[in-house]
Amino acid sequence: MESNKLKVKNIKFTKTTRYRQLPYHLMMLPGMIFLIIFHIVPMGGLIMAFQNYIPIKGLIHSDFVGLKNFQRLFRLPTFWSVLRNTIIISVGKLVLVTIVAITFAILLNECRNVKFKRLVQTTVYLPHFLSWVILAVMFSNIFSYSGIINQLGGLFGKEPVMFMISNSWFRRILIGGEVWKEFGYSAIVYVAAMTGIDPTLYEAAGIDGANRLKKILYITLPSIVPTIVLMTTLNMGKILSGGFDQVFNLYSPLVYRTGDIIDTYVYRMGLVDLQYSNGTAVGLFKSLISFILLIAAYKIADKTVGYRVF
Amino acid sequence: MKRKKIKISDVLIYAFLLFCGLICLIPIINTVAISFSDRTSAAMGAVKLWPVNFTLMSYKNMMKETQFWTSFLVSVKRVIIGVFLNMVLSVLMAYPLSKSPIKFRSKKIYMWTVVFTMLFSGGLVPTFMVINHLRLMDTFWALVLPGAVPVFNIIILMNFFKALPESLEESAYVDGAGPWTVLLKIYLPLSKASLATISLFAIVNHWNAYFDGKIYINSLNRLPLQTYIQSLAASINTNMMASMTAEEIQEQLAVSSLTFNSAKVIVSMIPILLIYPFLQRYFVSGMVVGAVKE
Repeated sequence: MESNKLKVKNIKFTKTTRYRQLPYHLMMLPGMIFLIIFHIVPMGGLIMAFQNYIPIKGLIHSDFVGLKNFQRLFRLPTFWSVLRNTIIISVGKLVLVTIVAITFAILLNECRNVKFKRLVQTTVYLPHFLSWVILAVMFSNIFSYSGIINQLGGLFGKEPVMFMISNSWFRRILIGGEVWKEFGYSAIVYVAAMTGIDPTLYEAAGIDGANRLKKILYITLPSIVPTIVLMTTLNMGKILSGGFDQVFNLYSPLVYRTGDIIDTYVYRMGLVDLQYSNGTAVGLFKSLISFILLIAAYKIADKTVGYRVF
Repeated sequence: MKRKKIKISDVLIYAFLLFCGLICLIPIINTVAISFSDRTSAAMGAVKLWPVNFTLMSYKNMMKETQFWTSFLVSVKRVIIGVFLNMVLSVLMAYPLSKSPIKFRSKKIYMWTVVFTMLFSGGLVPTFMVINHLRLMDTFWALVLPGAVPVFNIIILMNFFKALPESLEESAYVDGAGPWTVLLKIYLPLSKASLATISLFAIVNHWNAYFDGKIYINSLNRLPLQTYIQSLAASINTNMMASMTAEEIQEQLAVSSLTFNSAKVIVSMIPILLIYPFLQRYFVSGMVVGAVKE
C-alpha cells in the first residue's frame, strides 16, 4: 500500500504526464460544451418550480412563491391518480418483462440447435428497434374493433372489445405491449450470464441423476440470480417513468383515468396548457425521486453484487 | 447405448421458442398484409396474415405524397449528421474518461458531470425554454444538438477502451506518439465492434425519435418522418375520440386510411430492417458490456 502511494506520487509529478493532460482536456471540451448548454443550463430553469413564472417577466423577475406550487399539486386528485398509474404501469412492466425474459433465456439456453436459436434470437430482438410511433399504428391495427385480436377472441365466443379506449384494458395493453417489445432484448443479459456457467456442474448433476428440470432449478436459476438482482435494482430508477413514448402514442382522453402517467401529464400541463411552473414542479418531483431511487439502486448493486458503472 | 430419441421436453422447448418468435412477427406481418389489401377488406377486418384483394394502391398513393418523402429525407439527413456528431463526441470523450485518475487527473470531475447529466435533468419544460432562447426553434439543429452527447454510448465505449491492454499505449508513447495518435491509430482500429454497436444505437435513436420533432418543429419541410407518422396516427385517435360515441369511432376507423398508414409504417421501417442484420452480431456484446461489465 505504502509503496503504491509513493509510485502514484512519482508518476503524478513527472513532466510528461502533466504535459499529456492538455490533449485530454481538449478532447473533453466539445462534448462538455454541449452538455453544459443542453443539460446543465436547463437545470437552472428548475427555479420555475418555485416561482409563479410569467413568460414576459422572465426567469429572473418572476415572483418566488416557495413551495406553493408543490402544495397545490399535492392537493390535486389528478396528481395522485397519475402517480398511482405511473407506479402500477412501471412495476407491472418491470416484473413481467423480467419474468418473461428469464423464462425465454432459460429455454433458449436449453435449445441445442444453433441455427434455430439464432433465428429465434434475431426475431425477438427486432421489436426493440422499432419506435412506438410505428408500433402504435400496428397496435391499433391488431387491437382495433375488427382487428386480429378481436377475431381470435370471436373464435372462442368472446364479444369484441374496444381495447384501446377501454379503461379496464388499457393498462394491460401497455404492460403486455412492453413485454412484447422488450423481453427478447432484456434476455440478452441473462443469456450472456448463462454462457458463463461451468458445464461440469451440469455433468456432475447428471451423474447424480438430476433431470433437465432439476438442472434448471438448481443450477441455471441460482447462477443467474446476481444478474437478476442487478438488472432489477438498476431498473428501480425508472419507477416513475412508465414509458412516455408508449403511453403517448397509444393513449387518448378516454383512457386518461387509467393510462395517464407523470411524463404525459407534464407534457400536457407544461407545453399544451402552458402552465410552466406547475409543469416544472411535477417534472422536478419526478426527477428528484428518480434520482434518489437510482443512487440508492447503484449503492445496493455495489453492495450486493459488486457492480460499478465507472 | 445412446439412441437419439425425441424427448417431450425438447418438443415443448422448440414450440415455446417458435411461439416467441412468431408473436414478435405477427403484428408486423399483419401490418404488411393490411398495406397490400384493398381499403374495404382492411376496414372490415378481413385481413389477417395475408393480403385480401391484393393491391399496390396504397404504395402508389404514397409515391405521390410529397410530405412523406420530404420527411423521409429530413430523417435521413438527421441520421447522417446526428450520428456523425454522436460518434465524434463519443470517441473524443470516451478516450480521456477511460484513463485512470493518475494519468488524467481531472477525470473524476468530468465523469461525475457526465453521469450526473444522465441521472438528473432539468425536465421537459426548462429544456424546451433553453432551445427556445437559443433560437433553435423550428430549425434542423434542434433535432441533433440537444442529444449530441450520448452518455450511455460513451460509457459502453469507455468500458471497451479500459479493457484494452495498457502496454499498447505505453509502447506507443515510448515511440514518441501522443494521445491523439494513440486514439486514432491504435484505439479506434481495435474497437470496430464497439463502434459498430454504438453507431447502431445512435442510428436507431435518431431514426426513431419523434418527440423533439413534435415540440420543436413547426415547418412541414423540416418535419422528421416519425413525427409525421405520429401526427397521422394521432389525428384519428386523440383529437376526435373524446367527443365521439363508440359507433362513431368505429366508423371513423373504418373510413380512415388504414391501408395507407400501414404502407407508410412499413416503408419507414425499411432502413432499420436493412441495417439491423449487419450490426446485430455486434450489439449483443455491446449490450452486455454496457450492462454487466464492471
